[in-house]
Amino acid sequence: MKIYLKIWRQNDAGSPGKMVDYTLDNVILNMSFLEMMDTLNEQLVLAGDRPVEFDHDCREGICGQCGMMINGRAHGPVAHLTTCQLHMREFKDGDTIYIEPFRGKGFPIKRDLRVDRSAFDRIIMAGGFVSVNTGQAPEANGIPISHEDAESAFDSAACIGCGACVATCKNSSAALFTSAKIAHLAKLPQGEIESRKRALAMVQQMDDEQFGHCTNTEACEVECPQSISVLNIARMNWEYTLSKVLRNT
Amino acid sequence: MKLNAKIPPGPLKDKWTYYKDHAKLVNPANRKKLDVIVVGTGLAGSSIAASLAEMGYHVTSFCFQDSARRAHSVAAQGGVNAAKNYKNDGDSTYRMFYDTIKGGDFRSREANVYRLAECSAQLIDQAVAQGVPFGREYGGYLNNRSFGGVQVSRTFYARGQTGQQLLLGAYQALMRQVAAKTVSLFTRHEMLDVVLVDGKARGIIVRNLDTGEIERHTAHAVILASGGFGKIYYLSTLAMGCNASAIWRAHKKGAFMACPSWTQVHPTSLPQSGSYQSKLTLMSESLRNDGRIWVPLKANESRKPNDIPEEERDYYLERRYPAFGNLAPRDISSRAAKERIDAGFGVGPQQNAVYLDFSKAIQEQGKQKIKEKYGNLFDMYHKITATDAYTEPMMISPAAHFSMGGLWVDYELMTTIPGLFALGEANFADHGANRLGANSLLQACVDGYFVAPYTVSNYLSGEIKEPRLSVERQEFVDAEVVVRAHLSKLVSIKGSKTADHYHKTLGKLLYDYCGLSRSKEGLLKAIKGIRELRSDFYQNLKVSGDEDEMNGELEKAGRVSDYLEVAELMCQDALTREESCGAHFREEYQTPEGEALRNDEKFCFVSVWQYQGEGKDEILIPEPLKFENVELAVRSYK
Repeated sequence: MKIYLKIWRQNDAGSPGKMVDYTLDNVILNMSFLEMMDTLNEQLVLAGDRPVEFDHDCREGICGQCGMMINGRAHGPVAHLTTCQLHMREFKDGDTIYIEPFRGKGFPIKRDLRVDRSAFDRIIMAGGFVSVNTGQAPEANGIPISHEDAESAFDSAACIGCGACVATCKNSSAALFTSAKIAHLAKLPQGEIESRKRALAMVQQMDDEQFGHCTNTEACEVECPQSISVLNIARMNWEYTLSKVLRNT
Repeated sequence: MKLNAKIPPGPLKDKWTYYKDHAKLVNPANRKKLDVIVVGTGLAGSSIAASLAEMGYHVTSFCFQDSARRAHSVAAQGGVNAAKNYKNDGDSTYRMFYDTIKGGDFRSREANVYRLAECSAQLIDQAVAQGVPFGREYGGYLNNRSFGGVQVSRTFYARGQTGQQLLLGAYQALMRQVAAKTVSLFTRHEMLDVVLVDGKARGIIVRNLDTGEIERHTAHAVILASGGFGKIYYLSTLAMGCNASAIWRAHKKGAFMACPSWTQVHPTSLPQSGSYQSKLTLMSESLRNDGRIWVPLKANESRKPNDIPEEERDYYLERRYPAFGNLAPRDISSRAAKERIDAGFGVGPQQNAVYLDFSKAIQEQGKQKIKEKYGNLFDMYHKITATDAYTEPMMISPAAHFSMGGLWVDYELMTTIPGLFALGEANFADHGANRLGANSLLQACVDGYFVAPYTVSNYLSGEIKEPRLSVERQEFVDAEVVVRAHLSKLVSIKGSKTADHYHKTLGKLLYDYCGLSRSKEGLLKAIKGIRELRSDFYQNLKVSGDEDEMNGELEKAGRVSDYLEVAELMCQDALTREESCGAHFREEYQTPEGEALRNDEKFCFVSVWQYQGEGKDEILIPEPLKFENVELAVRSYK
């Protein structure tokens, strides 16, 4: 099929960007979206043009590195899917597809569709871990964890850090990402001990990185490839408020 | 050069204890004077970087992804092995050691494999302490399941995303150290050369992938944890960026390569559907616990799978390997699938797949139970193929997966270059000619959390008096000149074919002649083809853009230029090993039933290769394997 593309091209964070038109013939239904982009880039390179820079790696929906706005939606038209798992069968012959980078104050553009998501790493650095040294951990079955708690912690831990939540939020909030980590560790006995300190530090870092406040629209959950629940945000707010209250009493 | 594997003395079960008891220590006050470079932030890289930083060394960590959390370890699905014997089904360190040695077709070192099994229990403890949400029984205790090649349940799992959860644990430990300023982390940096000073590894040259800038970094030791190179086949289960560059450039500087031709072909990947395809997606081997593999009894069958009655199906793994059935090891299962596909019984539009059927398991256990165990894998299958595997069988096919070969290392995980270590999939050490399922995450973690912290310290104890080097030293300047010249050369060819074109062509050559089965004739043909392709590459490659800017095409071209050299050594390695073992099936050496025929008399060794310079044949130095604790048996799963 034939596809018309309008892609955001921008040399670097300091340069102005613009939408550029491309046409791609012979797009195959079973191609993944990124394979369609590969085909475009092959065409551009052979024509002597600079290919479109975009991030990707595992192409299995798990590494979290890919991500672009496709027709105004993070990771494209299908809910709970990464861009690498989107297939061209979701489009039809003659469609025009608008492709832009994930946008947000905390995600400066590097080039074309690549953005700098290192703010997420800094949020983790603020406390998104269990303070345990390596090499001398106690017997794993020493602290039983209920099946339900382990499953629930996994539901939160499954976040892949792609940034779709930020890109789709009107306030560019990183609340879903940050809360998923806070909830994951708070639900397990190993992480629970420092959960309040963690919540304060990670929320502070999220604000410092210029992510906005949660809008309560729940758009993040709709677009999240891993269906991370907004209930994590409630848990984060609870942990945060509790630690504030306890600190002030 | 004579190889010394430095295996500690004493009985097998005491060797690692002996080593730890005798390894030299570094005084805490001296550790801060010592710098270590770690390349790669997967399980091996993150865990060793965090471990050394906690001990007080100053660590510099590099990865080419945009975040340390995105290394390829994240994609491993099925689980991680540990001899905990929680199921009371007879598991033990020795049994795990034996299964792993046997699974690798008796082509790995006893001492290394025993240590892997010994440290496995500790790893589960470590991961749980870090908050990895492993599957739990209703009583709160850890759950586990079986994987291919074994008859006990020793695989711990976090649904179908065990790699992701283990990596997050290691990544979080790493970021904790970055926050504490004991680790300096450089993301989007690719290592392009290792720098030797007085014969020892003292630094690396990297390219900042955002700016194109070339940087020099110095240290007292360099650790490569840069993963495997199965992506050399182009179509593979590996992430797009996985490459051989770091280890290959170290090889050209003097580190020996071992058994490069041993690449595991995984039996449960999704089949190729077209020439545009960029990768093959893996479905976890854990699915074979409940899924039954079959093909139609009739060749060129056109009916849909659900329309084919039970008596017209060939459950070929259950038929050929009744003891292990659908859980036969990966090399056996992959070859059995290829045999059926080549014989005309393949299914799917390209007749290149076999069925993995859950109908019986759903009938017996209910859909909900299967959903609980493998739900995300079924979802993933649906996303990619638009097919509901709860109602019709999955289609699966073998695909290139894990590199058992890599840089040769001794028991201390040190290469033949003093001060240069290789961990995880980047080394050759523990898997022999075939890796048992769920041992990959294990090896990467064990190397990084439990082995290298001792062995790297042992090495560094001799480096305390070595000063920090200036990056202005001639050795660094010279290495940078070579790196820059190579990049300029790639950009200046200005031909008419892309790096992807060469990568795909090379991949096809390797699949055809150095893949699931090999023959002398095919390998000679491949070597000739690779040489021609390499020559064409340097005449007709086209890279747009410049070297001093962000340039994804240049990154690819650099990796393909290395692959074109690695591929020849792979074929050379396969050619000289005149036997069949594990992932290496030489058509000339098979039993009348079509099973692999090992030759222990002539080939019970690790093939170690020494680089001789541009265009010269490498020299083979065998490292004999001594088996004092197990008897070399025919590997039968019947």
